[in-house]
Amino acid sequence: MSVLLEAQAVGKRFGGLQALSEVSLTIREGEIYGLIGPNGAGKTTFFNVLTGAYVPEAGRFAFAGDDLPLGKVDRIVRHGIARTFQNIRLFREMTALENVMVGRHVRTRVGLLGVVLQTRHARDEEAATAREALKLLDYVGIAAHAQTLARNLSYGDQRRLEIARALATEPRLLALDEPAAGMNATETAALKRLIEKIRQDGVTVLLIEHDVRLVMGLCDRVAVLDFGKKIAEDVPAEVQRNPAVITAYLGGAHRVQ
Amino acid sequence: MLQTLLQQIINGLVVGSVYAVVALGYTMVYGILGLINFAHGEVVMVGALTALSAILYLREIAPGLNPLVYFGFGLLAAIPVCMAIGYTMERVAYRRLRNAPRLAPLITAIGVSFLLQTLAMVIWGRSYHSFPQLIPTTPLQVVHGVFITPVQITTIGLSAAMMAGLVLLVMRTRLGRAMRATAENHRIAALMGVNTNGIIALTFLLGSGLAAVAGVMIASNYGVAHYSMGFLPGLKAFTAAVLGGIGNLAGAMVGGILLGLIEAIGAGYIESWTGGWLNSSYQDIFAFIILGIVLVFRPTGLLGERVADRA
Amino acid sequence: MNDIAATLPFIGRRNPRAALILMIAVIVLAPIVASLFGRSWVRILDFALLYILLAIGLNLVVGFAGLLDLGFIAFYAVGAYTWAFLASPHFGLHLPVYIVLPLGASFAALAGLILGFPTLRLRGDYLAIVTLGFGEIVRIFMNNLTHPVNITNGPQGIDQIDGVSFFGWELNRRLSLGGGFGIDPIFLYYYLFLLCVVLAVFLVKRLQVSRVGRAWAAIRDDELAAKAVGINTRNTKLLAFAMGATFGGVAGGLFGAFQGFVSPESFTLMESIAVLTMIVFGGMGSLSGVIVGALALSFLPEVLRQIALPVQHALFGRVYLDPEVLRMLLLSLAMILMMLLRPAGLVPSHARYSHPLSPEEAKP
Repeated sequence: MSVLLEAQAVGKRFGGLQALSEVSLTIREGEIYGLIGPNGAGKTTFFNVLTGAYVPEAGRFAFAGDDLPLGKVDRIVRHGIARTFQNIRLFREMTALENVMVGRHVRTRVGLLGVVLQTRHARDEEAATAREALKLLDYVGIAAHAQTLARNLSYGDQRRLEIARALATEPRLLALDEPAAGMNATETAALKRLIEKIRQDGVTVLLIEHDVRLVMGLCDRVAVLDFGKKIAEDVPAEVQRNPAVITAYLGGAHRVQ
Repeated sequence: MLQTLLQQIINGLVVGSVYAVVALGYTMVYGILGLINFAHGEVVMVGALTALSAILYLREIAPGLNPLVYFGFGLLAAIPVCMAIGYTMERVAYRRLRNAPRLAPLITAIGVSFLLQTLAMVIWGRSYHSFPQLIPTTPLQVVHGVFITPVQITTIGLSAAMMAGLVLLVMRTRLGRAMRATAENHRIAALMGVNTNGIIALTFLLGSGLAAVAGVMIASNYGVAHYSMGFLPGLKAFTAAVLGGIGNLAGAMVGGILLGLIEAIGAGYIESWTGGWLNSSYQDIFAFIILGIVLVFRPTGLLGERVADRA
Repeated sequence: MNDIAATLPFIGRRNPRAALILMIAVIVLAPIVASLFGRSWVRILDFALLYILLAIGLNLVVGFAGLLDLGFIAFYAVGAYTWAFLASPHFGLHLPVYIVLPLGASFAALAGLILGFPTLRLRGDYLAIVTLGFGEIVRIFMNNLTHPVNITNGPQGIDQIDGVSFFGWELNRRLSLGGGFGIDPIFLYYYLFLLCVVLAVFLVKRLQVSRVGRAWAAIRDDELAAKAVGINTRNTKLLAFAMGATFGGVAGGLFGAFQGFVSPESFTLMESIAVLTMIVFGGMGSLSGVIVGALALSFLPEVLRQIALPVQHALFGRVYLDPEVLRMLLLSLAMILMMLLRPAGLVPSHARYSHPLSPEEAKP
C-alpha cells in the first residue's frame, strides 16, 4: 500500500503549552488508522492542524505527493481531506438532503451567472447534486429522512448525516472526530460496519476515538499520543502491549508482567 | 508651530479623557456579555439633558447660588437617572437575550439606542439647548500662546478621578474581584457563589453613572446639549475601547486618550496634509478609519482584549 | 410567487390559486385605490416599493448570509448620487437610464466589494460597527466634498435630476391617452418600480434554491462547518455583500430619478436602521416576510401621520409627537419588541434551498 498522508514533525503551541511536538506519522492508502491517547494528549489539536483549523508552528503534511496548504480549511477539503466534528456541526436549518448537497459544493462549479440565467448546465448540475446527495443519504442509511430538518434528526442519524456530508466532498481521506461518542453498543456496531464499508469503497479513514474496543477491532494501525508526543505507532495488538502506552493510560504503577 | 501642537495636545487630552470614561462603560459590558451596548452613547446624552433640566429647575426656584452648586446638583440628578436607564436596559432587554443567537442582542441594542433618542426628542424637543456655563471658561495661559480653561481642567480632573476610582474598585475590592471573575467566565463564577446577575447589573450601573458624568462634561465643554449628541461620542468611545483592547480596562483608558489626541492633532493638520481636499469637518472620519484599521490589522487592540470564555 | 401568496391570511392555504390571483389584482390595482384617498398616497406607495427593493437587498446580506450591515444605505446613496452626477444639470451630463442605472449598480457593487474585502472576516458585532462607520463616512463625504472641486454640492444636494425615459418616452411627463385622459407620472413610476421589484423577487428566488443560496445558508448557520465542507467563505460572503449592494444601488438610482433631488439628508444612519427594522420586523431570511415588513413600516408611519396630528390637536390642543418622531418611535419599538417576543419576525422563514423531489426522484 502506498503512503497517502505523511505528517512530518508537526508542532503546535498555545501560549506556554506545547500541544504537539515533533509528531510524525504515516497513513497508508486504504487503511483505517486510529489516533488515541489520554485526554489532553493533543489528538483533536492534531486533527485541527491537519484540517487547517490551526496553523502549526512547525512541520508539514505531505498528502498524495502534495504539500497541504496549512491553515486553509477550504483548500484542504479541495485537496481531498474531509472531517466530521466531535460535537456535530450540521446546518440545522436545512434538511438532511440540503446538508449533503452543500457537501457537493466543492466539487460543483455553477456560479452566479449560471444561477441567475438558469443555463442548461446549471439546471443539470442542480439535478445531479440532488441525485448524488440522495444516494449518499441512502449509503449511510438515512434516505427516509431526506426532507427532515437536520435539527429534528435523532443523534445517531445526525452523526450519519455528518458523515454523508463529508463523503459528498469526494475525499480521499475521511477524518472522523470521535464518531462513536454518545453511542451505545448497537449503534457503535453499526458505525463500525459503515466505516468498513467506506474503506472498502476506496476512502482512507483516520479516526480519533476513546472507545478502545472499537479502535482495536476496527483499525489496521493505531498511533498513540501523550502530552503532545507520539509514543507508539503500530498494529493494535502491539500497541496494547506497549509499556509506554500502558503507563500513559494507567500511570506508572502498572507494568506488563 | 510648537504652540499649535501643544494646544492640540491639550484639546486632545480633554476630549480623550471623556472618551476614556465612556469607553470604560463599553468595555466592561463587552467583557462580560460580549455585547456592544449600542445604547451607551444615548445614556451619555440623557445624562447631559437630565442635568440641564435639573440645573434650570434649581436656578428657577433658588437663584443666586454659587454656580458650582448648580453644577453639583445637575450631576446628582443625572447620575441616578442614567443608572436607572442602564439597569432597565439590562433587565428588560438584554437579560432575556443572553443565550440568543448572536445577531439578536445586537439588533435589540440598536433598537434601544433608537428608542432612547426618540424619547429624548419627545421630552426635550429637537432644538439644540444651550448648556449654562457653570464652570468659568476664561482661558488660563499655560505657556506662551497655549491656553487651557477651568472647564477643561475640571473635565480632565473629574475623568481621572473616576477612572482611578473604578480601577481601585475592580482591582482592590472583593466586589471588584467578583466582577473580574464574572468577566472571565460567568458560568463558573456563578458556580463559585458569585451573584452574576447582580454583578452584571452593577456593571451597567457603573457604566451608566460614568456616562452621566461624561455627558455633563461634554455639554459643559461645548455649551450645548441635544437629543443626538450621544451618537458620535458613543461611537468614538467604542472605537477607543477597541483600539485599546476590548474588555480591558487599561485599554479603554489608553485608547480613549489616544483617540482624543489623534483626533485633535489630525483635525489641526489635516488641511495641510491633504492639500485642502479634506478639512476639519472630516474630523469624525478619523475615528471610523482608526476603527477599521485596528479591526483589520490588530483586532485584539493595543493592550490585548479580554473577552469572556463563552463556553 | 406561490409561496408569497400563501402568506395571505385565510385564503393563502386553502386556495393558493385564488390567493395568487387576488394578490396580483391587489398589486396591479393598488395605486388606483390609493389615489382615491389622495395623490400623496400614491407617492407613498412608490416609496414603499423602493423600500421593498432595499429590504430585499439587505435581506440577502443579513437574512441569507447572516452578515449584519448597518451602513447599507451607503449603497443607496452611491446609486442615487451616480444618477445625480450623470443625469442632471450639475455636471451637465444627461445620460440615459440604460447607462446610468447599470453604472450606479456597478459602483454600488464595487463599494460593497471594497468595504467587504478587509472586513468580512470580522466577527458579527465588529462587522456591524465597521459597516456603520462606512455608512457614516460616505455620508460625511457627500456632505463635504465641495472644495476645491464641488463634487457633491454638500448639504444642499443636487436637484433638477432627470427622470427615467425610455427611448424618448419620459416618465416625468403625464402620459396622455387622448381625449383629455392621461396617466400621471406617479402611476407610471409605480409600475416601473413594480417591475423592478418583481425582477428582484425572481432573481432572489433563483439564488435561494441554488448552490449559491445553499452556501450562504451554510455560512449563516455555521461558518466553521461551511469551511469544513470546502466553501470559500470569504468569496461567498463578498458575493452576498456585492449583490445586496447592487440592489441598493439600483434602488438609489430609481430614487434619484423619481424624487428629482438628492441630498445627504436622505442617507443617514437612521435610514439604514429603518431598512434593518423592516426586515427584522417582517422576518429575516424570508422573502415574503421582508416584503411585508417593508410595506408595513413604510405605510404605518404615514397612516399615523394622518391620524396622530388631528387626534393630538383634539385631545391636547397641541402636537407632542410630530410625524418624524412617531416614525422613529414606531421603528424602535418594532425592533425591540420583535426581537424580544418573536425573533423570527412576522412571517418566519421556511426557506427551501432545494427543489422539492418528485416521488420517483425520492427513491434513491
